Amino acid sequence: MSEWRFWLTRQRGTLLAFAIFAAMFAIYGANHPAGFSANVVQTAANKGVLLAFVAMAQSLVVITSGIDLSVGMIFTLTNCLASVLVVGSPLSAGLGVVAVLAVGALCGAINGLIVIFGRLQPIVATIASGAVYFGLALALRPTPGGSVEETLADAFTGRLFDVVPASLVALVAVVLVVWVPFSRSVTGRAAYAVGSSEAAAYMSGVPVRRAKFVAYTLSGLLSGIGGLFLTFFTYTGDAAYASGNAYTLFSIAAVVLGGVSLFGGSGSAIGAIFGALAFRTIGDLLFVFDFDPLWQPLFQGVVLLLAVSLGAFGLLRVRNRLEWFG
Amino acid sequence: MRGGKILSANAPLFTMAGISKRYGGVRALEQADLAVSTGRIHAILGENGAGKSTLIKVMSGVVAPDEGTMNLDGRAVSFASPAAANQAGVVCIFQELSLIPDLSVADNIVISSPPTRMGLIDRRRQRVIAEEALTRAGAPDIHPSALIKDLPLSRRQLVEIAKALARKPRILILDEATSALTAADVAKVFVVLKRLREEGLALLYISHRMHEIAELADECSVFRNGRKVATYEAGTKTDNEVVELMIGREYSHVFPPKPVAALSGTPALETRGLSWTNRLRDISLRVRAGEIVGLGGLDGQGQRELLLALFGVLRGCRGEVRIDGAAVRIASPTQAKSEGVGMALIPEDRKTEGLMLPMTVRENLTFASLDRISRRGFIDREVENRLIDEMIALLAIKTAGPDIAVGSLSGGNQQKVVIAKWLMNRPRIILLNDPTRGIDVGTKQEIYVLLRKLADAGAAVLFYSTDYDELIGCCDRVLVLYDGAVKKELIGADITEKALIASALNIEAAHA
Repeated sequence: MSEWRFWLTRQRGTLLAFAIFAAMFAIYGANHPAGFSANVVQTAANKGVLLAFVAMAQSLVVITSGIDLSVGMIFTLTNCLASVLVVGSPLSAGLGVVAVLAVGALCGAINGLIVIFGRLQPIVATIASGAVYFGLALALRPTPGGSVEETLADAFTGRLFDVVPASLVALVAVVLVVWVPFSRSVTGRAAYAVGSSEAAAYMSGVPVRRAKFVAYTLSGLLSGIGGLFLTFFTYTGDAAYASGNAYTLFSIAAVVLGGVSLFGGSGSAIGAIFGALAFRTIGDLLFVFDFDPLWQPLFQGVVLLLAVSLGAFGLLRVRNRLEWFG
Repeated sequence: MRGGKILSANAPLFTMAGISKRYGGVRALEQADLAVSTGRIHAILGENGAGKSTLIKVMSGVVAPDEGTMNLDGRAVSFASPAAANQAGVVCIFQELSLIPDLSVADNIVISSPPTRMGLIDRRRQRVIAEEALTRAGAPDIHPSALIKDLPLSRRQLVEIAKALARKPRILILDEATSALTAADVAKVFVVLKRLREEGLALLYISHRMHEIAELADECSVFRNGRKVATYEAGTKTDNEVVELMIGREYSHVFPPKPVAALSGTPALETRGLSWTNRLRDISLRVRAGEIVGLGGLDGQGQRELLLALFGVLRGCRGEVRIDGAAVRIASPTQAKSEGVGMALIPEDRKTEGLMLPMTVRENLTFASLDRISRRGFIDREVENRLIDEMIALLAIKTAGPDIAVGSLSGGNQQKVVIAKWLMNRPRIILLNDPTRGIDVGTKQEIYVLLRKLADAGAAVLFYSTDYDELIGCCDRVLVLYDGAVKKELIGADITEKALIASALNIEAAHA
């Protein structure tokens, strides 16, 4: 087998997610009254990147065969924090951005420490820590409000050279600065190894703890970037419980749609991004076809089920039924 | 006991002395010693549970010994982790593969210390290292970019060897490293191992295959019951002498008497040409009501798969299964335990397949027989209580009552609960997968007596055990499996330790 075919097998999930997204977005654009105008793309991008950041965050943890149910709450907390800190002079707003991201990373690091040293299951640890993060968000913003530095916010939500959506450029930048180095580092490979077979990873002398810690920390950071962007779009902070929970659940849907195995060890954050964009496009599709928006959850569910069943075909080949439960 | 004198002229590279290790109440190693020299292949022999695995786990930093010392190059060493052992040049290829299924061959070969450039993994250099290591391991045809999970088992084993070589070992330990290989691959690996010996590596070779040891080893050490009983220069002992060294015996069980008269009539359980993938090959067997038939052989020769196949767990079995002479298709454990079949399987690992540890004794006892004690979907508490009391009394389960967590019982009593759970269902065919592993001698004896009682009451019992004494003491007949096929059938007085070991190792015993 030649080199590119190996690459193809490995990237199958990511490519499939890209194909699903591209097809859906093509249908959307073709049926939109304004076509693929810069405006349409900008709106879609701004809606999509929020979930894309949170899905990236989720994918890092899922690769280690964990799960992070606090991503939506870190997203909400950093949103509230940004509405307080990213204000005033350019310098103070800039420092605010740094502080917001640091808090996001800190939240993730705490999750990591609980999972590694507290030996709690990730699902429980992050439900608990997520509740704490939401509590902090409520304390910061008991009622929606605040007013973020608008020039900065507009710069990140507008268009570069009047064509390219700035939010999309930011997403690509984050992929290049966070994901690409991570996936090519020893720690990143260790994260895949841990997710694929923790016992084998330990026996091979792989840095198991470091891999988990970095995955959770980066997950917090990426959720924080998502929260920051939410603030840029809304100019305000809002400790909305329902929205935080929805982002957590949608991030898992996006990750699955993006070909990241919930068992860990395979998939990529890029797949998760396309999964997120595809998931968001479902709502847009309903809009251009004049469906009642009330149908949106139903269609999202159907698309998710279809995508997941594609991955379940492998189970038909299992010869020992006990492996179904492994 | 000190059995080993140093056989090579120069001082050994690595020595262990007085190494002991206990797991709970079980002693896995007792004052074991070993000396390993450069440029030699040192074979380790012993029965299942003789302490070989623990020995190499200690050597390679997986478990810490309770006492004893290790010396490398004349300096005392101790390894806190596999990584520390690797650092010192001790690399082990384990029986259970240590490869990561979702990563590529090259990723796996460099996994413990990938080459980096500016903090990132240098994939070009990784590729070069992987190709070199694969060539050295005699497998240049494996593509470095292939995923491990897409490779067949025998190829994975070669990757495992390449991975070990990439760590530049001084001592290379191979634990049953050839058990998954085809004859052609074994030959290739042997060429590699002999070359490594010439290059001055010290090789430790653990295998059950006597002919492999005869071909490879320079010296051999025999382990029994956690102790090293002998070290000798290869070729100075006959197969029979080696087998005798391996057997030894420190305790004997009290077994219930066997019935004298041979049984006749339609077998309760019969298979004709049962096969599954390449793990079970054309197995035909009969078990009559009242008979205890043993399954023998080395661990992992298909015994577990055979029991799972009978119990309806494996898909795609070929061949025929007959119950009381009538052909049946059993496609799930639910069908296997149904009225018409009446089968029960006491699983290998009671903690995962036999019991729900946090749940109560009562709940665990009734899982398999809920439809027997319920009416219209509701559990009849009276019937339940009566049956549970009956079982607790029959098996003498030591528990403070039926409503405490089964996980709080001792191992032996837990195992009794597993057996009782199936007896509640009144099975006519009882399959047992090494049911006495890790339990105390007293409980073992109770289980032997119970099995005979069940057989006398008309049950057909098929019994896999890794303990030869048990097979000899309990079984009316023993089928020895090798490589997924029935290699030999031993009946009555022919069931001896010598015959069992000889046929398990697939060598001809001179006087069985």
